[in-house]
Amino acid sequence: MARYLLGRVGQALAVLALTFTAAFLLLQVLPGDAIMIKFMSPDMGLTADQIAEIRASYGADRPLWERYLTTVVNFLTGNFGMSIQAGVPVSQQLATNLPPTLLLASLAFAAALVLTIILATVSNMVGMEWLRAGLQSLPSLFISVPVFWLGIMLIQIFSFQLGLVSVISPGPVERLVLPVLTLAIPISAPLAQILMRNIDQVLAQPFVAVARAKGASRNWVLWKHVARNAIMPTLTIAGVLFGELLAGAVVTEAVFGLSGLGGLTYQAVGNHDTAVLQAIVVISALAFVTINLIVDLLYPVLDPRLGSKSGAPA
Amino acid sequence: MTVTPILQVDDLAIAYKTGDREQRVVHGVSFSVAPGEVVALVGESGSGKTTTAQATLGLLAGNGRVESGIIRLNGTDITKWSQKRLDSIRGAVVSLIPQDPGSSLNPVRTIGSQLAEVLQIHRRGDRKAIQARVIELLERVGLTPAEMRARQYPHELSGGMKQRVLIAIAVALKPALIVADEPTSALDVTVQRRILDLIDELRRESGTAVLLVTHDLGVAADRADRLVVLQHGRIQEQGAVKNVLAAPRSAYTRRLLADAPSLGKPRPVRPGVDTQDFAIEVEGLTHDFPVTGGEAGSFRAVDNVSFKVRRGTTHAIVGESGSGKTTAIRSIVGFIKPTAGRILVDGVDLTTLKGEKLRQFRKHIQLVYQNPYGSLDPRQTIARIVEEPLLNFEPIPAADRARKVRDMLARVGLSENFLERHPRALSGGQRQRVAIARALVLDPRVLVLDEAVSALDVTVQAQILSLLDELQKTLGLTYLFVSHDLAVVRQISDTVSVMHKGRQVDGGPIETVFGRPDSAYTRELIEAIPGRGLPVLAVPPELPPRLSP
Repeated sequence: MARYLLGRVGQALAVLALTFTAAFLLLQVLPGDAIMIKFMSPDMGLTADQIAEIRASYGADRPLWERYLTTVVNFLTGNFGMSIQAGVPVSQQLATNLPPTLLLASLAFAAALVLTIILATVSNMVGMEWLRAGLQSLPSLFISVPVFWLGIMLIQIFSFQLGLVSVISPGPVERLVLPVLTLAIPISAPLAQILMRNIDQVLAQPFVAVARAKGASRNWVLWKHVARNAIMPTLTIAGVLFGELLAGAVVTEAVFGLSGLGGLTYQAVGNHDTAVLQAIVVISALAFVTINLIVDLLYPVLDPRLGSKSGAPA
Repeated sequence: MTVTPILQVDDLAIAYKTGDREQRVVHGVSFSVAPGEVVALVGESGSGKTTTAQATLGLLAGNGRVESGIIRLNGTDITKWSQKRLDSIRGAVVSLIPQDPGSSLNPVRTIGSQLAEVLQIHRRGDRKAIQARVIELLERVGLTPAEMRARQYPHELSGGMKQRVLIAIAVALKPALIVADEPTSALDVTVQRRILDLIDELRRESGTAVLLVTHDLGVAADRADRLVVLQHGRIQEQGAVKNVLAAPRSAYTRRLLADAPSLGKPRPVRPGVDTQDFAIEVEGLTHDFPVTGGEAGSFRAVDNVSFKVRRGTTHAIVGESGSGKTTAIRSIVGFIKPTAGRILVDGVDLTTLKGEKLRQFRKHIQLVYQNPYGSLDPRQTIARIVEEPLLNFEPIPAADRARKVRDMLARVGLSENFLERHPRALSGGQRQRVAIARALVLDPRVLVLDEAVSALDVTVQAQILSLLDELQKTLGLTYLFVSHDLAVVRQISDTVSVMHKGRQVDGGPIETVFGRPDSAYTRELIEAIPGRGLPVLAVPPELPPRLSP
């Protein structure tokens, strides 16, 4: 058990280190940099020497490996560097932009899980066969819907047609309803599909027939035998889909005009602001790795076969 | 005085819906089970025996439907009952012992909670009373210490122990009828015997009737009062076990009896085998597996096994799961290197061969696997499957290859019509013929048959065994026959090694080992073979060859 734990944590750290390095190298090979974009424009009227001086002040004239090492040490001590475009520390930018995105992402994740469970449960109820067939084709509809289109459609329907959610100076909760739905729906689609398929697979297992032969009703079997077995593979996918959620957040924030990591990323890419981008990549990777680590650590709790020291006897 | 039967099935017809079509699989089946009686439903796969049994529990698969007929339980017609109403009698009045203990318990719940569940569903007492009853039941089925077992998960128990848990679940509420659907097919023969004894004992205690579904005529003969023989969803014959076995009226029952690998028909000793020409010599074969985790060390799976096999004869390796027979075979085929010992095939020591030489040598020793469904690539045609081994060795012109493939298929009794078919269009027996053809296409000297007939119905099994016998005669093949089934082994082998926990506990000519076994283990194995109640049949030892697929 301790070995399993250490192994998974080690893997997570390795993924983080690799992501950090890959992001660093990729950002360095990009043609041009933030300093050129900001200071080389003829309007600034800076001489080549002055620019070189600015470069040196940012440490941009040091060799690659030295910059890499400095960045590693800085990140480990919580110093994400300076945003060249904004001229403020990256940590300060993150402090204002990270919380709203985190809130949006976690609400969307929770909403996606609730939506998934509702879809899977309802479609497995007795007498709901007609609904089941319909619902089972619904996820494939959801999955093929682009986030930006879904966002615009939700605004059209709920705000403009039905007038349920106000777009002009909405309250703090009202502001989040549509973005959360926009993010949650495309995630819940593949999750529900996987959960339904898993439920069907578990329902075909002999131990379900045994439970029925004990006199257990369909619902009893579904909750006491099927749920825990079917949820495990779904969790894995949920962890992987979290990455999708982060990507979706960027688009959603743009569509709904929310400030957050999405807007920050958009600006940083446009300005080649590598320090900001590096920090965003590492934070996204950290979130992704943490979620998947939690999923991995949940497995032995949900499945006793993984927690035991020895394998099954012959 | 007439007693109301516990179960009475009248003119039952069941159909499965596939796509838009309904296919009837059970046709007008009628039988009854009296209180305390054991009735065996016997038949091969596809005979409708399991479907009939499922219907008595109201648990047909989703696409199955009772078309007509009546199922009466204690005189009450339950055919039209809703699932909700059936829930009240399932587990309490009629219960199930399932086929495969390995997958019949929920892997994420403890034994105790799964046993308690049947009591909770039918509201038998409070939490404390249920807990006490769970412990009592576990002790009754021989799972001790019961408190510890109750807290264990299914993966911590062996197959036999899991089946004991399932039996405890089935008898917990003292039902009037237990449906036992192939309760021991997945278990080793000695475990099978103990489990069947336990079922016998418990049903006598509470006067429960049993509907025993089995493909094994031996098990049925030993355990049932009456037999119902099914074929293609129709009853061929029913009656008291003694009468049916002594004087079977239907041709199908006679066929089944003749094909059952009972102990009555040892193979005749073959004349003219050169006593000193050995095709396989195994000396001191030992294999250790490193054990990871916990204390360092190794597990000895095969321990100093030695035997010799004369050319043109069959040597059987017999053992239960975990006996080391599979590891021994993998060494002999050259898949793994043994820790110690020599393996001579045609005088060449396999253990000294490496890389390309070993690969080249493999064509002399070929393997036929247990599972005819998993060992053929579903995307390849039969011609392609049989041809493939030829492509791995020195090139042969395509026309020669095609001819060789056709010859080989003809040898195993498959016509040229099969060449372009895919495995899914073939029955289990036909697939195993293809697997044999594939193994023989390289003209090997030794054929290793790893449980090659275990997954087949008895009549198909008998056909494959007679095919193997004929091929051995005409091609002078040497067989290494791995099996858990002593009855089959006795039918086809000349010599035998009995393995137990990695050691060879008995070895030698078949009649010596079966007649005067050295070890207590072999004696136990022989006594555990079901079907000692089968009459020795007045069937000629040489059945006519049945090569038509």
